[in-house]
Amino acid sequence: MTAQAGVIATAPTAVGSDLQQRARQRYRRRLGLLWLARLGVAVFIVGGWQLATTWKWVDPFFYGQPSKIWQSLVTLFTQGSEFGSIWDDIGVTLREAVYGFFLGTAVGVVLGLLLGQNRFLAGVIGPYIKIVNAVPRIILGSIFLVAFGLGPFPKVLLAAVLVFFIVFFNAYQGVREVDPNLVANVRVLGASPLQVARHVTVPSALTWIIASLHTAFGFAIIGALVGEVLGSQRGIGLVISQAQGRLDPNTVFACMAIMAVITLGAEFLITLLERRVLSWRPPTHTESAGL
Amino acid sequence: MNWRRATAEREPAPGRPADRSTAAGIEVHELTKQFLTPKGNVFTALQAVSFTVEPGQFVAIVGPTGCGKSTTLGQVSGLDRPSAGTVRVGGREVRGLTPGVSFMFQADALFPWKTVLGNVQIGPSLAGMPRQQAGELARDWLRRVGLRGFEDRYPHQLSGGMRKRVAMAAALINTPQILLMDEPFGALDVQTKAIMQNELLGLWEQLRPSVLFITHDLDEAVALADKVVVMTSSPGAVKAVFDIDLPRPRGEVHQIRHEPRFLELQGQIWSALKDEVERAYAQTAGAA
Repeated sequence: MTAQAGVIATAPTAVGSDLQQRARQRYRRRLGLLWLARLGVAVFIVGGWQLATTWKWVDPFFYGQPSKIWQSLVTLFTQGSEFGSIWDDIGVTLREAVYGFFLGTAVGVVLGLLLGQNRFLAGVIGPYIKIVNAVPRIILGSIFLVAFGLGPFPKVLLAAVLVFFIVFFNAYQGVREVDPNLVANVRVLGASPLQVARHVTVPSALTWIIASLHTAFGFAIIGALVGEVLGSQRGIGLVISQAQGRLDPNTVFACMAIMAVITLGAEFLITLLERRVLSWRPPTHTESAGL
Repeated sequence: MNWRRATAEREPAPGRPADRSTAAGIEVHELTKQFLTPKGNVFTALQAVSFTVEPGQFVAIVGPTGCGKSTTLGQVSGLDRPSAGTVRVGGREVRGLTPGVSFMFQADALFPWKTVLGNVQIGPSLAGMPRQQAGELARDWLRRVGLRGFEDRYPHQLSGGMRKRVAMAAALINTPQILLMDEPFGALDVQTKAIMQNELLGLWEQLRPSVLFITHDLDEAVALADKVVVMTSSPGAVKAVFDIDLPRPRGEVHQIRHEPRFLELQGQIWSALKDEVERAYAQTAGAA
């Protein structure tokens, strides 16, 4: 047993401190270089954009200009949009996206798990889900708008529809990928169908479901924004469509930046959740490489 | 059968007096299993297979690849239904899941999302044992398979041999009447395999469940089993049954391999198996 325990306990006790220090130095140098290169890319793109529009290689009237976008951002946050504080708009859009995200995820997970476990149900409903998936669902926004008016509800619905399909297909696939040996094992031990779901199917599908949430939140934001652009009383989407009417690309870019920051924040939270729920997984190389 | 009474009267393992299961015999009679292939042809996996496993007996099934060995296990566990014939466990015909059965697969069917303790504890938990008590029992079993101190690890943090120990503890914790093993040590290296075989024999001698053990490895079959069933290639049928009269307890598995009686039995079984392996090979080569 001690030999096998040694496989696990790999912590080196007496490695030459010189070697260690050199390795650490090399690591630090590489990290510094990495960040320098990242910064360089940002400077190149934003600076290039700024210069190209200053020298009129591209028309800032259509493509905006980083400095003007920054000014728009400052204006939005100090003076607000034409409808009031920008924070209210952000709040409206975020709420729609989050509600839509949870609604779509809940329905997607439940239906995915059900259909994944029930062959007959999957056979009956499967083709229809494929058909609906082939429909450009973003157009449903128009229908929802006409049916439910200018309030937040049609946006929530649109976001939920977009989220649903991503989560559903992942949950469904996750159930299908369950190790049949594991299922046989607990069934032989006398597990009821509910216990099989609790101990095997759901934990196994969870990997897939959580992986899909990253993409799903981005789609929730898109659903909310598109819904607002189509017609609304408040929200970032409305600010965008008004700016478009004023031929003001800088404000449009500014709103894009705001939503990007929010999506990155949500992404961070989802990653935290993923780490917590999937702590049993071996660390993957892509994660440790920081991608 | 004297040695069996001797073990039955032996002192139970210290601290575990109530461990003895009542093993159930298995009678497989004229078992036939047919599948419908996607092309619509009928494929006969098992053809009138009959054999018996006495209560507490260790029976190994050897045979070429694709002879329906694993299918047989599915029938005994009740996960699958026979097309014809009967399987009786403990005198009663199998309809639905057989109670008191544990499975052990070649791929260690551990829950990657449960800790070692959680994996071992699942059996008693599903049987309705309170959480704390199940945890205690699982800790005890981990100690018995030499994994004390690894309770909170996840399976991916263990070596292949350690995962096998966890799987073994998980299979035996419910003190099953019947232990079904589908090439459990097939994927292990030779040294680890020998260690695990010894441990299996040790635990089996304490608990005495009936064992149905599938393997490719003829040496393994002879070293472990009381009886070796040789199956033909598809359709799977029983070709011959050999009683292994090596005395128990067998002791170290890698030492028994050099005994004359072992070699004699091994030679007899190999000559029965050889034709089948060659036939199976010819079939697959012809199909490919």
